[in-house]
Amino acid sequence: MENIKLKINGIEVSAPKGSTILDAAHLAGVKIPTLCYFKEINEIGACRVCVVEVKGARNLVAACVHPATDGMEVLTATPQLIKSRKKTLELMLSAHDRRCLECVRSGNCEFQSMCQELGVEDSGFYDGDRPIHEIDTTAPHLIRDNNKCILCRRCTSICEQRQHVAVIGPNNRGFDTVIGSPFEMGLGDTSCIHCGQCVSVCPTAALQEKPYIDEVLAAIADPTKYVVVQPAPSVRTALGEEFGYPIGTDVEGKMAAALRRIGFDGVYDTCFGADLTIMEESEEFRKRLIDGVGKMPMFTSCSPGWVSFCEHYYPELIENLSSCKSPQQMFGAVAKTYYATEKKIDPKDIVSVSIMPCTAKKYEAGRDDQSAAGPGIPDVDYSITTRELARMIRKVGLDFRNLPDEKFDDIMGDSTGAGVIFGASGGVAEAALRTLVARLENKELKDVDFHAVRGMDGIKEATIHVAGKDVKIAVTSGMTNAKKILDQVRAGTSDYDFIEVMGCWGGCVAGGGQPHCDAETWNHTDVRGLRAKVLYDIDVKREYRKSHKNPSIIKLYDDYLVGGPGADKAHHILHTSYKKRKVNEFLD
Amino acid sequence: MLERTQVPPFEGTKEQEKQLLAMIAAHKDERGALMPILQKAQDIYGYLPIEVQTMISDETGISLEKVYGIVTFYSQFSLTPKGKYHISVCLGTACYVIGAGDIFEVIEKKLGIKGGECTPDGKFSLDGCRCIGACGLAPVLTINSDVHGRLTLDDIDPMLAQYE
Repeated sequence: MENIKLKINGIEVSAPKGSTILDAAHLAGVKIPTLCYFKEINEIGACRVCVVEVKGARNLVAACVHPATDGMEVLTATPQLIKSRKKTLELMLSAHDRRCLECVRSGNCEFQSMCQELGVEDSGFYDGDRPIHEIDTTAPHLIRDNNKCILCRRCTSICEQRQHVAVIGPNNRGFDTVIGSPFEMGLGDTSCIHCGQCVSVCPTAALQEKPYIDEVLAAIADPTKYVVVQPAPSVRTALGEEFGYPIGTDVEGKMAAALRRIGFDGVYDTCFGADLTIMEESEEFRKRLIDGVGKMPMFTSCSPGWVSFCEHYYPELIENLSSCKSPQQMFGAVAKTYYATEKKIDPKDIVSVSIMPCTAKKYEAGRDDQSAAGPGIPDVDYSITTRELARMIRKVGLDFRNLPDEKFDDIMGDSTGAGVIFGASGGVAEAALRTLVARLENKELKDVDFHAVRGMDGIKEATIHVAGKDVKIAVTSGMTNAKKILDQVRAGTSDYDFIEVMGCWGGCVAGGGQPHCDAETWNHTDVRGLRAKVLYDIDVKREYRKSHKNPSIIKLYDDYLVGGPGADKAHHILHTSYKKRKVNEFLD
Repeated sequence: MLERTQVPPFEGTKEQEKQLLAMIAAHKDERGALMPILQKAQDIYGYLPIEVQTMISDETGISLEKVYGIVTFYSQFSLTPKGKYHISVCLGTACYVIGAGDIFEVIEKKLGIKGGECTPDGKFSLDGCRCIGACGLAPVLTINSDVHGRLTLDDIDPMLAQYE
């Protein structure tokens, strides 16, 4: 590619043609502060924090969108620029709820840290009319507090561009501009899919998950309740980031120790639920593929964000969704049936808590047809995010870094490598293949690695020859990517048999409930890939790598789910149903 | 819940809906179709209530939020119906310094509505607007296409009476 040469702060820099000043500065190791900028998602030059001086230009220019040209001379940190950035921040601050002390993002707020870096004084010099916004708590998974919003539009961009949902956007104009939903309806009244990607890119606390920390701690303190907990595969890959570990650190052992010390009565693992999902899902797929029972292709159903998307935006395809509950829900269902029987506890006294990299899991826990033990006894009582778990660990005063490495409890704590890789895009497909091949060909695979479905591409494909058939597999994540495949399926032009869909790009490792990374980190680090690698590393180290080899799963089917996967009892406990919805359904 | 603009019940006819759908079908594959669609939809219905915006969203595949965001950005689009007589008071600089603000308030009181609203009988609606380029007539207002200039507070009653 053709290169251009320019000078940044007097140093000659070579950058590919088409680079912005910000790209070129990054190549030269010069950091220009940014706030609204989020690579490939929000490149709109709105906040004016990244302004730089360009020789010959009439005004300051926004480095994030201004093209670098040959011979250009750029200055990035003159006193005039620092003054301009500081004033910009002070003006934003004048319309901001400045109660930082009680704010959930204090300490990892991008706006706060930028104000500190640039020496902004909270003098209230620009204080004037400040709009007071009502806090929107209508959604099942998140809270929007526009008093903390700086109008950067990262949330609206990711919602529209990456998720193809666009239920939030800028309304009104000028000083009255507010990020919200159409006709000032609450987010809970829209066709939001609860993925929480908006939360993960929000630089401030304008968006946060709906917290259940206090409810969970109260249940633990209640002597009449038996509280079981299940952390999802992706939690162990990212929780460490909250305690100063580099991105991509496996903290499985410390996480188990922390949960035990917080006081949970049973410390188990969602990966067990994932192994169970594979047992049911591979049997369901076998029935569709070989027996011709049910629609093809079959979509996975582990991701509640994706399930909502399918219900609202592709309602004609809900019969293609696997009827399997997600690993979270399967775990919860088994906890309140089999486990309650084994431990001789009334399911009404069990409080089932999940730790998820996801905000949609909060919504999923409250869905219809997710109460295996009977009406009013939900499979999962509280679902909290990785971030909430970190807050809980700090709240109860644990020294996370110095905890020992411990194991999960028996019965529902065993998992195979197949269950662990669920957290990465392609993991469910790979885990299903390992069991499917064994089931259809009656022999065990030696090489269980399916590299074609790994990696962070938006759409991956593979063809596996099994039982005399070529089974075509597609793996996609992020709804804008998925839409390309869904349109083919709807038009009848797709020849896939099995399609893994995850709501968030990269899978659960990059879910909306994961620890916040600032935009600078997302822009220049393969956060998804680093987190996913942890899961594949654990997979290799597990004693068993195929779900049907998990001894606890084998025992569960022998002792309780009589008839095996897909039989009546398993179907009653481990499967669910879906509803056709509309994109704009609030008028009905 | 969050505060919403109060609007009277939607009374769109089948005929209007047919017109709207035909118009959307004619435009929807054009680049940048939303603006002309919204303008023509407002011509058909006189305003853009949630029912009309939802039809536009469903037909074009553009999210309702995107439609609503654009409708609320441009002051030319209205979420509330206009009266049979639409009063638009110029609040541009020249009119404002010579007393248009008082005139606006007196009309609000006399009609019992706020700017942006419509009287319950559907007769009058009221809006403030920016300079209409008739500063020589300041303070000035328009009622539909009639221009009323050099107004005093005493002129308001007889002026409104012309439209009774």
